Amino acid sequence: MEFALSKEHQLFRKMYREFAENEVKPLAEQIDEEERFPMETVEKMAKLGMMGIYFPKQYGGAGADVLAYAMAVEELAKVCGTTAVIVSAHTSLCCAPIFENGTEEQKMKYLPDLCSGKKIGAFGLTEPNAGTDASGQQTTAVLDESGENYILNGTKCFITNGNVAETFVVFAMTDKSLGNKGISAFIVEKSFPGFSTGKYEKKMGIRGSSTCDLIFEDCIVPKANLLGKLGEGFKIAMKTLDGGRIGIASQALGLGEGAVEETIKYTKERIQFKKRISQFQNTQFQLADMHTKMQAAQFLVYSAAVKKQNHEPYSMDAAMAKLFASEAASDVTRRAVQLFGGYGYTREYPVERMMRDAKITEIYEGTSEVQRMVIASALGVK
Amino acid sequence: MKIIVCVKQVPDTSGKVAVNPDGTLNRASMAVIINPDDMNAVEEALRLKDQMGAEVVVVTMGPPPAEGMLRELMAMGADKGVLVTAREFGCSDTYATSQILAAAINKIGLEKEDIVFCGRQAIDGDTAQVGPQIAEKLGLPQISYVAEVKKEGTSVICQRQLEDGYMTIKTETPCLLTCVKELNEPRYMSVSGIVDCYSKPLDIFTYETLKDDPLIDKSTIGLSGSPTNILTSFTPPQKGAGMMLEGADKATCEQLAGILAKKHII
Repeated sequence: MEFALSKEHQLFRKMYREFAENEVKPLAEQIDEEERFPMETVEKMAKLGMMGIYFPKQYGGAGADVLAYAMAVEELAKVCGTTAVIVSAHTSLCCAPIFENGTEEQKMKYLPDLCSGKKIGAFGLTEPNAGTDASGQQTTAVLDESGENYILNGTKCFITNGNVAETFVVFAMTDKSLGNKGISAFIVEKSFPGFSTGKYEKKMGIRGSSTCDLIFEDCIVPKANLLGKLGEGFKIAMKTLDGGRIGIASQALGLGEGAVEETIKYTKERIQFKKRISQFQNTQFQLADMHTKMQAAQFLVYSAAVKKQNHEPYSMDAAMAKLFASEAASDVTRRAVQLFGGYGYTREYPVERMMRDAKITEIYEGTSEVQRMVIASALGVK
Repeated sequence: MKIIVCVKQVPDTSGKVAVNPDGTLNRASMAVIINPDDMNAVEEALRLKDQMGAEVVVVTMGPPPAEGMLRELMAMGADKGVLVTAREFGCSDTYATSQILAAAINKIGLEKEDIVFCGRQAIDGDTAQVGPQIAEKLGLPQISYVAEVKKEGTSVICQRQLEDGYMTIKTETPCLLTCVKELNEPRYMSVSGIVDCYSKPLDIFTYETLKDDPLIDKSTIGLSGSPTNILTSFTPPQKGAGMMLEGADKATCEQLAGILAKKHII
């Protein structure tokens, strides 16, 4: 049992922290307020290799591991939930499925631009009528007469990075009669004819991230862009979401940890009844609980990341990490606002933003309820 | 082209400065950072490397954990590290330190096109002596307080920053430049840089490695080779709040003169 970080991982932590403090934190409030996608930050992260952390160098990645990626999302989320999810969705939901399921040609064609951050990636599974019930896909893909292209029709919704991405992993029904086994995955480029983006969502949190509909109107996708085998789409989607959960769990982890840091700082400064409020036992006990929760979340998240890296089964670990970290983040950020009192409710301090950002981690890439289903099923409780 | 950068690990003075009962710095209890001016020196070396290609070698004298700092600099893009470490080198002042670093640079080897970079000064001792002393001991032309560097062939043209302006100085390589923070903005480590940094070469120079250099002699290194004796070091007491007098009238001037006279300043 090894709990210490390697020297390399300690350096990753240091690098991410310096970057987050200097480049990400100063923009966090503004991009939330203006609901603006921080493209300048993405460009900076791209230069440092943060858009393809755990992919091999031969595909343009930085050649690090899944733990180094989880730590990046964590450190970014400590200061900005938006920036964290940009990296998470791009890496886990677009780069990863192409890397794990793509042919050599597909990997060489798409990964270098994605890993270098030249292009941003996104993932299109959710539809207005296919959320948690992802098998209810209504988007269809039909081979055209030439047999060379698939024609996609349908709408995807709530797509993170939707408006800024150029490469999408999209799921569509190729044979409705086969149910889940009739779903296939495709790599879609923004420039493909018949592709467009639709409604832009205004959200409660992670407001700087881009979330929109993807619209396919007789969208022409070359047959060569089928990802994995025909009918394997649902399997690819579920496997991708297992990995994505490590990213979102890391985001939740960072949000909670960031709130703890802010609260420790604030309660040592705030004077009431002629005492620093950190001197009150309620503050001390609250912060002790908050930190303990986040530390437990960190162990779950890191353990899932290491298992994925080692190619061990990690589906249940990722589900537990996301379930626990996201619920901990919501609880901890809510308590942080409470400890800040009236000031915590204002936008002068970051904890209200962290509380708004944390809520989504209990919902996207599988709700907490879905995580419980995954865990129970892995336990054989039927 | 080879660029050698001398760097130092220093106590983080943004935290609390700890002093031992004997007046020396309690380094063990303080967090360490890379000396800020040295980061500018490393950045400039890496910038020149990006521009025209070069091998960047980072050199430090210090205890074995200083390897961590060299690895960080390699994660930024330096190609090689040299850790100069030996009991015999301990307690060296600036004179002895520059003696040892000059010998280390001799060992690495300087060729016609090469440059040695140092930071302007370290935030612990604040002497700004080691860089210039190394240059003297190696017989290299030196430019201190460098705020801009251009390299053309074997010529180096620098802006040397002064309090009220700057000088433009041209010299020939090999030379030594000491850098100020205005020179550049140090880069971050990169993810792939961190992945690679522990597999880059790191040489350890001990007393044995350097002892045959004419600069190295028991009387020129370590405590016995250090002419400086530290009597004591302490955190100076904070100055009290100042007093501001406003107005250009006679009464204010008389008030000012009165205060100065009372304090025996005039």
